[in-house]
Amino acid sequence: MALSETPVEIAAEPAPVASPQGYWSGVGARLLRDPLTMICLGVVALLILSAVFAPWLGLADPYKGSMIARLKPIGTEGHILGTDEQGRDMLARLIYGGRLTLFIGLTPVVLAFFIGGALGVVAGYVGGFVNTIIMRTVDVFFAFPSVLLAIAISGALGAGIVNSLVSLTIVFIPPITRVAEAVTSGVRALDYIDAARATGANALTVIRVHVIGNVLSPIFVYATSLTSVCMILAAGLSFLGIGVRPPEPEWGLMLNTLRSAIYVNPWLSALPGVMIFITSLCLNLLSDGLRSAMNVRD
Amino acid sequence: MLSYLIRRLILVLPVAFGVSVICFLLVQIAPGDPLTAIMPVDATADEQAAMRAAYGLDKPLPVQYAIWIGNLVQGDMGKSIATGRPVAAEVFGAVKNSLLLAVSAAVIAFPIGIFLGFLAGYFQGTWIDRAVTAVSIMGVSVPNYWLGIVLVIIFSVNLGWLPSMGAGPGGSSAWEWDWLHMRHLVLPAVTLAVVPIGIVSRTVRALAGDILTQDFVQALYAKGMSRVDVLRHVARNAAATALSVMGLQLGYLLGGSILIETVFNWPGSGFLLSNAIFQRDLPLLQGTILVLALFFVAMNLIVDVAQAAIDPRIQRT
Amino acid sequence: MSVTDYTPTIDTGGPAQPLLTVNHLRKYFPVRGGILGRTQAQVQAVDGVSFAVAKGETLGIVGESGCGKSTTAKLLIGLTEKDAGEIIFDGHALGERLSLKDLRRSVQMVFQDSYATLNPRMTILASVAFGARVQGLEDPEGLARKMMDRVGLDPNRFAHRYPHELSGGQRQRVNIARALAMSPRLVVLDEAVSALDKSVEAQVLNLLSDLRAEFGLTYIFISHDLNVVRYISDRILVMYLGEVVEIAPVDSIWQEQAHPYTRSLFSAMPSMDPDNRTQTPPLAGDPPNPIDPPKGCRFHTRCRFASDVCKAKTPSLAGLARNQAHQVACHLYDSTSGHPQAGQGIPA
Repeated sequence: MALSETPVEIAAEPAPVASPQGYWSGVGARLLRDPLTMICLGVVALLILSAVFAPWLGLADPYKGSMIARLKPIGTEGHILGTDEQGRDMLARLIYGGRLTLFIGLTPVVLAFFIGGALGVVAGYVGGFVNTIIMRTVDVFFAFPSVLLAIAISGALGAGIVNSLVSLTIVFIPPITRVAEAVTSGVRALDYIDAARATGANALTVIRVHVIGNVLSPIFVYATSLTSVCMILAAGLSFLGIGVRPPEPEWGLMLNTLRSAIYVNPWLSALPGVMIFITSLCLNLLSDGLRSAMNVRD
Repeated sequence: MLSYLIRRLILVLPVAFGVSVICFLLVQIAPGDPLTAIMPVDATADEQAAMRAAYGLDKPLPVQYAIWIGNLVQGDMGKSIATGRPVAAEVFGAVKNSLLLAVSAAVIAFPIGIFLGFLAGYFQGTWIDRAVTAVSIMGVSVPNYWLGIVLVIIFSVNLGWLPSMGAGPGGSSAWEWDWLHMRHLVLPAVTLAVVPIGIVSRTVRALAGDILTQDFVQALYAKGMSRVDVLRHVARNAAATALSVMGLQLGYLLGGSILIETVFNWPGSGFLLSNAIFQRDLPLLQGTILVLALFFVAMNLIVDVAQAAIDPRIQRT
Repeated sequence: MSVTDYTPTIDTGGPAQPLLTVNHLRKYFPVRGGILGRTQAQVQAVDGVSFAVAKGETLGIVGESGCGKSTTAKLLIGLTEKDAGEIIFDGHALGERLSLKDLRRSVQMVFQDSYATLNPRMTILASVAFGARVQGLEDPEGLARKMMDRVGLDPNRFAHRYPHELSGGQRQRVNIARALAMSPRLVVLDEAVSALDKSVEAQVLNLLSDLRAEFGLTYIFISHDLNVVRYISDRILVMYLGEVVEIAPVDSIWQEQAHPYTRSLFSAMPSMDPDNRTQTPPLAGDPPNPIDPPKGCRFHTRCRFASDVCKAKTPSLAGLARNQAHQVACHLYDSTSGHPQAGQGIPA
């Protein structure tokens, strides 16, 4: 070690394999080597793509019912996954259902990631009074179990897509803020932040150049770990009847309306839940994979 | 310890205040007039104003809040718009049932979660570990309201072993400790237990794994301690953290049982809440949420204090 | 430039005016606790520190860990906010004619931990160029490359590496290059070579000497290693529990340490000469708690020559009779102090 330090050695030392893209290429490479995570990524991508491109997949009309073809079992000709209580094609409704379910299930986390992340970084970097205000407010929201808070706000606001988005975003801002604050105040105490401040850079520049890059991955990984809960909650709101309104296809709502069929065609009525389960499982595994690929510790 | 207790109690006050503000505001964000449900359709403007004044709705918000809080500390949470009965009575009756369900779920979940977690942590890296990890990730990923339906399909519809609805025979809500009533508890409690099994086993696995690799465990082995004794040491060290996770889970079970109560028509707070939502019974909604949230706050407090009692290092922070 | 068009990097006062004057600098850190988190006590990290640094000079600051050396350094560039006192840079007081941003351009700092002071997600080039970019200098990257070259790091090979791909010595060169890229006039080196291997330390010290001559820099060199401080400094300032106890030209203090604390500090230094063994016993015990420092002379609890007056009265800095440039804060040297051995200095 000591020898390699002489000026001669500095000049003669062969350049170590430099990683020009640095961190993110390493993350990508580690993800590619993780088969389980790649499978989950594939499943989630497939679900999203089929939902987005549903109208072009040659499916039956998800809104068109038939009084005579109600609750046909799985495997019926023409209705591979059967029909629902109004005779609508289950396959079409499940795939179309992905549109609203995934949209309402994922958007709140994205919004909360930006809002909560910004609040947490500001609280963690600025500290003092600003920190106290933000974090004490967050503490109050932590007094509500997430399910209760989501149902309380949605229940008060009433059913509807926008109301669901609002209530779920409010539910997920506090936890993300808390994590962002903790990570940021940790980074804030590091010497390179002092070194950056010593150049005369203002707080915004220091945050933009030196803080964001170093707090982003833990906050991001944490946010991805919330997507599965958010999916379950979003579908849960519709299941309770305070989310998406009928006749829109949405997995939680479908699960609710098909409850009347559990004595007639039980396994059919469980299908929408299978979709929620698969999605939420894949999101959880994906988040775990990301966590280890990004070397984020809890 | 006493100073910690006092400090922690003082910290609870602003949180409880914030909780009450949020519950109060819930009614304010609700669209429409809270009185439309009980106001006669043909009420004149004067009658409407009189009604408004009778409910104190003509006063500015802070005053309304002060009145509301004032009544609250006297145990008066207002009257249910739908039934006309006092909210407090409705809520406490329902919370009792929810508590029964939550505690039953905890009794099922915690021992299983701890056992699985220990197993996985002790045999880290083996197939046992992987199997437990798979179970716990399924547990936290499953939408439990769907799992409830699946269990109903299996045990009620197909096998006919257990009832799928209510808390007692004939839809009675009066609880008794006999099999006729308890068989109604089995499916909802098992369903509710699945998520905490996943979370508790995950936590315990990480704790046990961490502690087993720590220096002092090596030192205990080096001292010639037996495996059982080492395990006992490990258990005590993990207890504080595990306890806090479980305490919070119990709080979540109570607040999070809403969906499960809907699935099984269990006459608890969640069931009450969903009725309140559909009948736009805002005082009932407000009261239920307030009680559940305050219970959660109290649970947090108990967990913190208990944790500090087990691990004195916490008192200093 | 904020207050006026004054550019601090340009000499304004001439060689006779000190580059930096510090008057009665004070920093107490609150210790919070209790039920409501009120301030219960204060750590008196820096208390009434005054000194001046001439242009082109190197002032070494020594003392035990916790004596306030690093806090002083952070106060000088405003990383920690001072409670009281004046910082005057080339005749301009900070906060009056001189803004913090201007001061930070003229005063740069090199920290002890070479790894922690570099952003792990930034390339070396970006780190070195950051300050120049912030200050709006022309062609920050070109400047950064030039500086890397100057400190002995080939920019073509090192520019796009990350901190973890460098050795400790290389990283400390990066930190020096980063400081120099701002074209400062004063560089505060806070234990800048302390974490390096001995051979590397010598190279970096030589580099620092060369750079001082080439760029006409002034250094404040903080270290706990007396030999290193002697090698690079013109004058040495000794701190004890947040106060200056002695300040003197290097030769003078090496010849005779006036303050009892300085003497024990020097005697604790390992000697290479077997005939020159330590005579004075080294210091016993740890320094007192800076939360509640001793009254009077802060050293009296550990001083062999302490008398009643030392417990009651705080000594002030004054020049020695033999050499006015050699200042010490000790009742032994003040004939009017009332100390039994007043005016005699340390008994032989």
